[in-house]
Amino acid sequence: MIQEFKLPDLGEGLTESEIVSWHVAVGDTVELNQAIGEVETAKAVVELPSPFAGTVTAIAHEPGTVVEVGEVIITFEVDAPAGTGPRRNGTPASSQPVTGEEPQKRVPTLVGYGADPESSKRPARRARSFAASGSTTTATTVPAAEAAAPLASARVQADRPRSTPPVRKLARDLGIDLAVLVGSGDRGLITRGDVTALVGDPTRESGAAAEVPASNGEGRTGSWNAAGNAAREVRTPIKGVRKFTAAAMVQSAFTAPHVTEFLTVDVTAGMDFLARLRASREFADVKLTPLTLAARAVCLGIARQPSLNSRWDGGANEIVTMNYVNLGIAAATPRGLVVPNIKDAQQLGMHGTAAALGELSSTARSGKTQPADLAGGTFSITNIGVFGIDAGTPILNPGEAGILALGAVRNTPWEYQGGIALRQIMTLSLSFDHRLVDGEQGSRFLADVGAIISDPAMALALS
Amino acid sequence: MLEASANSGASPQPGIHQLIAADGTGVDDEELAPLVADVDDEQLIQFYADMVTIRRIDMEATALQRQGQLALWPPMLGQEAAQVGSIRALDQDDFIFPTYRENGVAFLRGADLAGIMSTWRGSANTGWDPHKFNMATPQIIIGAQTLHATGYAMGLVLDGRETLSIAYLGDGATSQGDVHESMVFAASFQAPVIFFCQNNHWAISEPVGLQAHTPIAGRAPGYGIPSMRVDGNDVLAVLAATRWAAARARSGGGPSFIEAVTYRMGAHTTADDPTRYRGVTELEEWAAKDPIARVKAFLQGRGKLDAAAEAEVAARANAVAAELREGCINMPDPAPMSVFDNVYTTEHAILDRQRDHYERYLAGFAGTESATSKLEGSRS
Repeated sequence: MIQEFKLPDLGEGLTESEIVSWHVAVGDTVELNQAIGEVETAKAVVELPSPFAGTVTAIAHEPGTVVEVGEVIITFEVDAPAGTGPRRNGTPASSQPVTGEEPQKRVPTLVGYGADPESSKRPARRARSFAASGSTTTATTVPAAEAAAPLASARVQADRPRSTPPVRKLARDLGIDLAVLVGSGDRGLITRGDVTALVGDPTRESGAAAEVPASNGEGRTGSWNAAGNAAREVRTPIKGVRKFTAAAMVQSAFTAPHVTEFLTVDVTAGMDFLARLRASREFADVKLTPLTLAARAVCLGIARQPSLNSRWDGGANEIVTMNYVNLGIAAATPRGLVVPNIKDAQQLGMHGTAAALGELSSTARSGKTQPADLAGGTFSITNIGVFGIDAGTPILNPGEAGILALGAVRNTPWEYQGGIALRQIMTLSLSFDHRLVDGEQGSRFLADVGAIISDPAMALALS
Repeated sequence: MLEASANSGASPQPGIHQLIAADGTGVDDEELAPLVADVDDEQLIQFYADMVTIRRIDMEATALQRQGQLALWPPMLGQEAAQVGSIRALDQDDFIFPTYRENGVAFLRGADLAGIMSTWRGSANTGWDPHKFNMATPQIIIGAQTLHATGYAMGLVLDGRETLSIAYLGDGATSQGDVHESMVFAASFQAPVIFFCQNNHWAISEPVGLQAHTPIAGRAPGYGIPSMRVDGNDVLAVLAATRWAAARARSGGGPSFIEAVTYRMGAHTTADDPTRYRGVTELEEWAAKDPIARVKAFLQGRGKLDAAAEAEVAARANAVAAELREGCINMPDPAPMSVFDNVYTTEHAILDRQRDHYERYLAGFAGTESATSKLEGSRS
């Protein structure tokens, strides 16, 4: 007789659960209480023990499917009335499928076992509690022999990487297997930062918001297209943003003689300053990041070194120095790199700058940046720190005299008050057009910007 | 002991009484040994069988919850010695006030398996008759049962009885005001009550070290209640400690406090995911102190408990599990009117009125099949 197993409410008032994996396939013989699969509720990932002894006749939902409580998820052919089948202690009848394809063997990896090779379209995820039980089709029952002896079934639970549900979701969305991460949180807890550090996600706390990694998904986790029939080379038409970017970079690189300078500064006080602002009521509605501070510092620095905010007009044989700053922010968007700018950024205070950056970033991310936003920039900032990068040699946005790259803020042993202390350190990389700016002006500008980011009070002294 | 970490981990802690070490070797404890001098191998085998059986019950019930047959289950995996050792030190007259996790205690006290499950299936408010088994129903409110136990024990004194009451509680409950008030009253009235605290290291997701920077047993003397800290995974030591406390209660010595240091190997309940909060090595550390494995090793070291005896114990445990499953999945859903049963012991006018209203309300559905099946609460 056919018996159905409906998804139960596994945790006090849940309405749905997601099928994580099946340990059995159609045709498999299962014992009563044999682990047949895993589902994830809003509260936990739980293993489902078979309510029947019999043969699997149908699996109703693939892994990755969210199923409502009460829906049939798997059906069995059973000999005896419900739940009264052979009661255990028989070894699972050779555990091999009675019919159907050869079960795929699990391939042991260095740490535990990988996920079912055939399981799903979803990212590989680590087997959890059944890891120690052996192959997919021989998941053990819980016979009394085991009950009396060691706590095997409980112990293997510990193999699951510790993290929180939002972090697990983030990792799943990004296609990251938590098992490859080493948690930096309390007792090995994998934090959001651990996950984002792997991909340089811009939304993480310490980074700025403006640079948005392209979310087209290709190559994000460095995985090769594994399909055997994929072409060895892919030809993509050069068009759109890519074509524009290429032209602009070539024009810039071969027109303006670039000089790049680096300055590494202790930004602990600057970060404290941001933290204090975040806690204040006035700044509750905006996002404050190192980029906000850098944008302000650049505007103040430009006031002291106007040549950084000038343009080479070869046709007129003139140098044009602007008395305004249209501050460009390099943003990686789904369409590619765009550098929208904040008009008259010099007029904005800290709050105005933060608000403008937030708007610019969300507009760029949603692909709604208007051509006018992209035109007329006078100086640019690129925030490579969000990718976990320290320094680089940025190429000028055509027509601009300078571009500043912000590195990642890192806790680093650093000279502090005559000793070594763990400080928050950041490297600034400034490229400038040597036709317009000499080493003196460029260096003074970079020193000013660094001074303000490392100690925002310097803004008073330098303005 | 002043350090916050002193009581937080799974590492061995000083001052814990023990009779059987984790590896199954005997430990000489001058204080406890005389209390269990009468326990022979046969009795020890019985304790072993008790522990195997309630672990098997725990596993079956956990599976039944995953299969939709129980609404909830609070696993007792790892705490078998604490439950068996304590109940086996008590007389049938001694009244037990359990938490929701003492389902092994209930079984050993004689409660019907299906009855125990009925509460967790949501079919009944009460799994057994408290007066028949001298055991209150599972207390869901953390620590409330310590008040009941203390009050009951105060009543025993007034009645001139020589029995006692025992309140089971967890480490988290010791943070509850109820528990502190109970201890004040128990000490004030020298009530014959045992506070049996199973320190299973986790108050849901809060580690014990957070709420108790020094051992929990150290609190009781502050109320004037003698306490003992015992290896909660050592069934013999738990038995001895409970006998110590019971003897004090019976002889007019007043309340006692036992901290049985054990570990919850499973989830808080089946709705909980302990992998989100506990340390990755904790389970391994505590699996090495398994209560059943050590008694088995102890017995086998003495040439007892051969393979045949072991198999017999396992077979009996399986039979219990099978009986549990049968009783659970074949349990009839309660009749709608039964909700009024066992609310008051005497006639109650307001309840009578409500019963009358509900009866007439149900009568309104007469003849409509779907409504009837809905009321009967179909459960497939």
